[in-house]
Amino acid sequence: MTTVEQPPIGFGRMHRKEDARFVRGRGTYVDDVNLPGMLHGAVLRSPFAHARIVSIDTAAAQAHPRVKAVITGQTLDGLKLAWMPTLSQDTQAVLATDKVRFQGQEVAFVVAEDRYAARDALELIDVEYEPLPAVVDARRALDPGAPVIRDDKDGQTDNHIFDWGAGDEAATDAVFASAEVVVAQDVLYPRVHPAPLETCGAVADFDAVTGKLTMWCNTQAPHAHRTVYALVAGLPEHKIRVISPDVGGGFGNKVPIYPGYVCAVVGSIVTGKPVKWMEDRSENLMSTGFARDFHMRGEVAATRDGKIRALRVKVIADHGAFNGTAQPTKFPAGFFHVFTGSYDMEAAHCAVTGVYTNKAPGGVAYACSFRITEAAYLVERMVDVLAYELEMDPAELRMKNLLRPEQFPYPSPTGWEYDSGDYPRALQLALDMAGYAELRAEQAARPPGGPLMGIGISFFTEAVGAGPRKHMDILGLGMADGAELRVHPTGKAVLRISVQSQGQGHETTYAQIVAEELGIPPDDVEVVHGDTDQTPFGLGTYGSRSTPVSGAATAVVARKVRERARQVASAMLEVDPGDLEWEKGRWYVRGDQSQGRTIQEIALASHSSLELPEGVEGHLDATTVYNPPNLTFPFGAYVCVVDVDPGTGQVKVRRFVAVDDCGVRINPMIVEGQVHGGLADGIGMALMELIAFDEDGNCLGASFMDYLLPTAMECPSWELGETVTPSPHHPIGAKGVGESATVGSPAAVVNAVLDALKPYGVRHADMPLTPAHVWRAIQGRPIRTDLAIT
Amino acid sequence: MGPMQVPAHFEYERATSVDHALALLAKWGSEARVVAGGHSLIPMMKLRLARPEALVDINDLEELAYVRLDGDVLAVGAMTRHADLLASPLVGEHYPIFHDAERVIADPVVRNRGTVGGSLCQADPSEDLSAAFAAVDAAAVVRGPDGVRRVPVREFHTGPYETVVAPGELLVEVVVPVRPGGGSAYEKVERRVGDWAVAAAGAAVWLAGDTIADAGIGLTAVGAAHFHAPAAEEFLRGSAATDSVLVEAGRIAAERCEPVADQRGPADYKKHLAGELTVRALRRAVARARGVA
Repeated sequence: MTTVEQPPIGFGRMHRKEDARFVRGRGTYVDDVNLPGMLHGAVLRSPFAHARIVSIDTAAAQAHPRVKAVITGQTLDGLKLAWMPTLSQDTQAVLATDKVRFQGQEVAFVVAEDRYAARDALELIDVEYEPLPAVVDARRALDPGAPVIRDDKDGQTDNHIFDWGAGDEAATDAVFASAEVVVAQDVLYPRVHPAPLETCGAVADFDAVTGKLTMWCNTQAPHAHRTVYALVAGLPEHKIRVISPDVGGGFGNKVPIYPGYVCAVVGSIVTGKPVKWMEDRSENLMSTGFARDFHMRGEVAATRDGKIRALRVKVIADHGAFNGTAQPTKFPAGFFHVFTGSYDMEAAHCAVTGVYTNKAPGGVAYACSFRITEAAYLVERMVDVLAYELEMDPAELRMKNLLRPEQFPYPSPTGWEYDSGDYPRALQLALDMAGYAELRAEQAARPPGGPLMGIGISFFTEAVGAGPRKHMDILGLGMADGAELRVHPTGKAVLRISVQSQGQGHETTYAQIVAEELGIPPDDVEVVHGDTDQTPFGLGTYGSRSTPVSGAATAVVARKVRERARQVASAMLEVDPGDLEWEKGRWYVRGDQSQGRTIQEIALASHSSLELPEGVEGHLDATTVYNPPNLTFPFGAYVCVVDVDPGTGQVKVRRFVAVDDCGVRINPMIVEGQVHGGLADGIGMALMELIAFDEDGNCLGASFMDYLLPTAMECPSWELGETVTPSPHHPIGAKGVGESATVGSPAAVVNAVLDALKPYGVRHADMPLTPAHVWRAIQGRPIRTDLAIT
Repeated sequence: MGPMQVPAHFEYERATSVDHALALLAKWGSEARVVAGGHSLIPMMKLRLARPEALVDINDLEELAYVRLDGDVLAVGAMTRHADLLASPLVGEHYPIFHDAERVIADPVVRNRGTVGGSLCQADPSEDLSAAFAAVDAAAVVRGPDGVRRVPVREFHTGPYETVVAPGELLVEVVVPVRPGGGSAYEKVERRVGDWAVAAAGAAVWLAGDTIADAGIGLTAVGAAHFHAPAAEEFLRGSAATDSVLVEAGRIAAERCEPVADQRGPADYKKHLAGELTVRALRRAVARARGVA
């Protein structure tokens, strides 16, 4: 893991350009934005999961000497802003008017001179509630007689949101009818939270003179936010500037528009001053975009010797009180229908039902690649359940069913076309690195009754890089992204991109792509992002789409610049452009390498008095919009080794081997860093992270004392490997990798724990596998992890 | 960057001596709280679960930061930081139970600041040192306007977040008699490093040959009154130090616990842990008493 001191001219390991400011504490996050006269907002939240609002008395809060404004749902109603559209074409209350529908829902907004006064004033607001029975258990949300949460919606008489399916149901049923072996398993992927270290926040600054709204906000999708503000608030779009400064982690948590942002805007309009609103930790955990909450039932049909023939899945998806998931419009269950995973089979079908519950809205977040996390976990759990029933080795069973290299491009039974892969090679590499046979021998030698060890495998296939636009849009905005590249006379360049980094290292990797294409040092490329007035339109960074989409756009726009440079070089060298050859950083005359011009020389000439050929405009600047032809399909093979103490239920992750194939690696150090983070996420979700609710709908994961994130102490020293199967349709052969490890690792950890518990006859237990849950699984009395432990 | 949870208004005074601290406590009355390391109180204030009118800060009271042997008594000043208790060779020599416990209390950042006295006075039912001090039968030294009184740690806690320390009083020291032939240990299960205990057990034994001359057992987070397991101790006294005896002591200790289910685990599991961890702590304590661990 060495980093060369001289940065590569292109791809390769180099330190992240942005880290110079981060390690010095010189980043600028939203909370660092302090404007003259700025006021501070705070949100009053509901203590109840479900209650009718009888009255709200704000008089005492308004009388507080440092309070400037108190905004309620009634205030917003007058502006037609009490409700806003969600990214899933539902509606969400900005501030509650009729009812509160989850604990932590926004009820009122105070604007005051400082944060303390704003917080104090919240306690002066008197809200009278009439509590209603809460819908907590997603599996009972559709029961007859269940309280109707969304009685605000015309015609809504139950808690049903959608039914959606993919695959060929009849063909799948037919395979099941003739199968030698059928195994079924209920599998819960519980509610978890991305918990970025920096919580959500905004500074809204509405200038009444110019009519311009400047919105500093740590959003992952600044352009989409701008357009939504324009559509919702009726502000002209060119009078809205969204600036997403340095962002301290997103993981999908920072894609939606939250009520606090809208309140900050209204607060600024009402007071005529800039208004800052920053969530505290509990607000972030209680009210913003959670992840998963998928109650799945998987069934696998197979032959007796372990050939998987079909997979059938039914899902209850708990979306909370408002359907606010962020995903392409056509896919209400995201990309869950990639659930056949990495395996060859005859048929597959899934049916997903979305339901409302009295919980915070969300579902698609936490590096899930639009629900692929749930899909990968389901199939990898089902393969192990099948191995358990067939008494087969799970590695052998996987090897037997993995797609073969010659099957690519592979049309999946649920409608995907996997672009490229060599799965057996990746799995074999992971097994070899782990010393799989030796581990199995060690396990077999364990005396009964003593400490347990388990070996877990997971093989995942991701589908990342949304669009293409004809299949994928959010609120009608197609998922294609722009890039602009400007080359200054001295050959230094400025790249402007639509996607927004939350820690992914865009300022480095995108500079490296330009460097690779133009042959200039990455340090000569300034990457501008996150400011809608300065960058081209695009849908933003989530679903591992930056490199597949904007990385491609960057390569394409750099190639356009290179072609413009060829024209200028041809004028400089007085030869036909067709007679020029490119080598990194330089056009030269075919057959005479000494006759050439560097990109820097060409850049200067392009701005000079040099007479250019007819039709050549001068300057090298170019723009592009990249509409991906397909998703990219990164994959990987993970092996986890755990030690389990059956007397206490404690799990220790001893080793973790991760082989990732994300195609061509632009900066391997950054790829490894992303994999490290995702593996830690996987350990967190598998062993400790959870947002459960008690029977009244109280959130039981509302602080870091209750919502446990893994630390270095729970993580082994990662053992990473790689194979490289380039994407055939991506300009540089890269695939997205930001979420691979988060998608792939939970199953490896869970499979390892359950492998350890095999002597106790335990086939399955749901996450998180806390000591209590492991012990109860051994006792044959597993815990229902999504509900309060009683 | 990041979230700031803000406390309600409070007054703040910084004590320069124990006498000064007592004077400040007298001045502010029952609405004042003493702040030592602040790693429990300050978060509770930020969440507005605690709203003292005044804080009396005793972090300057270096006079209360010590670990020393006074004759045959190990004396620990109330302002001793967790990290200093963990680093003390004196503690490791006489009562390794405290090093066991300190290794699993929170994390190094908290241990650098959090104090022994603060932990005992916070009286969180999941707090580790209370059980460890209960196991070794320590005494708390409390100073007030009327002078000094000693309270056995086994009588120090009167309930969750409640102690015998009255308004106007200050815990200044914890003392533990050092006796020959002893061994001690602490065992804890946590969901994650730095989390509060799901359950934990501390044990101290004094051997006379192969016989247990005396024993102490402390229990954390399992609903044991005063963090203490007297029936199991009673059973051990005079018994042979065999594994089956230790297992039976664990059973007795668990039987008398009344743990409450929460997100750390159901009651049956915590009860199981009370027994399991008691046995494990006893085994290590016996091994240490024999000089084989």
